[in-house]
Amino acid sequence: MLATIAGKPVHVNDEGFLTEFDEWDEEVAAALAADIGIALDEERLAVLRFVRGDYRERGTTPTLRRVSATGGFDTKRLFVLFPKKPAKKMAYVAGVPKPVGCV
Amino acid sequence: MTPDRPVPTFDDDVDGGRKLCIICSKGSLDMAYPGLILANAALGEGIETHLFFTFWGYEIIRKKTMADLQFTPVGNPVSYMPALAAVPAGMQTMATRMMRRQIADLEVPTIPEMLDLIVDAGGHLWACRMSADMLKLKREDLHERVEGVIGATEFIEISAGAQTLFV
Repeated sequence: MLATIAGKPVHVNDEGFLTEFDEWDEEVAAALAADIGIALDEERLAVLRFVRGDYRERGTTPTLRRVSATGGFDTKRLFVLFPKKPAKKMAYVAGVPKPVGCV
Repeated sequence: MTPDRPVPTFDDDVDGGRKLCIICSKGSLDMAYPGLILANAALGEGIETHLFFTFWGYEIIRKKTMADLQFTPVGNPVSYMPALAAVPAGMQTMATRMMRRQIADLEVPTIPEMLDLIVDAGGHLWACRMSADMLKLKREDLHERVEGVIGATEFIEISAGAQTLFV
């Protein structure tokens, strides 16, 4: 469906995840983050940039382990930045699909 | 203002009281991973998770063995190998090496790394006291991040209200 986020038309699926990679920008991200009670800052944006870059490169959303092992972000810190369900929340705010990997 | 579009709730509160306990009782490479992978997945979903290592499961948290768990096709009906072909010397080493490579290809961490990952994600590692006594092992023989060596009763207390899996 077509929705308006941060004043821009964007496509989202029935769960609210963006479906068009290129419709994302940092203003959209800030609105998505606010939806789930997260205030976007530079530290979180750095994580989102990794998630998006990795998705662009590989075509799949990185798992939490990949974000920490390859992206170099500390696992404990990711649980603080994106509480409880970090992998799903990072994906949502980064405008990529929910991760499906096991580890 | 409520957005005019679906917003995931992530069910943070729904799982608020959910708790998972996994008893790891086997120490072969193929049987070590299921418990660790499930624990890691549960933690990623915000679920309180405890792992209890008992008997052969100790191999997973023993410093001496944790990086060197073995896989044997002997007696494994789904290794699609004639029973006697699985027996010769060197077969276990070969099968283990093959499985390790497959695991690495999937970017699945080694056992010691999995343990670190689990603790970093907020998971709890517990070792069984009776097994420690039988195997003559001390706290310092185990992975540093094991929280404690506990008895069965303590584990039952910790697992109150949890979904418990025996692996």
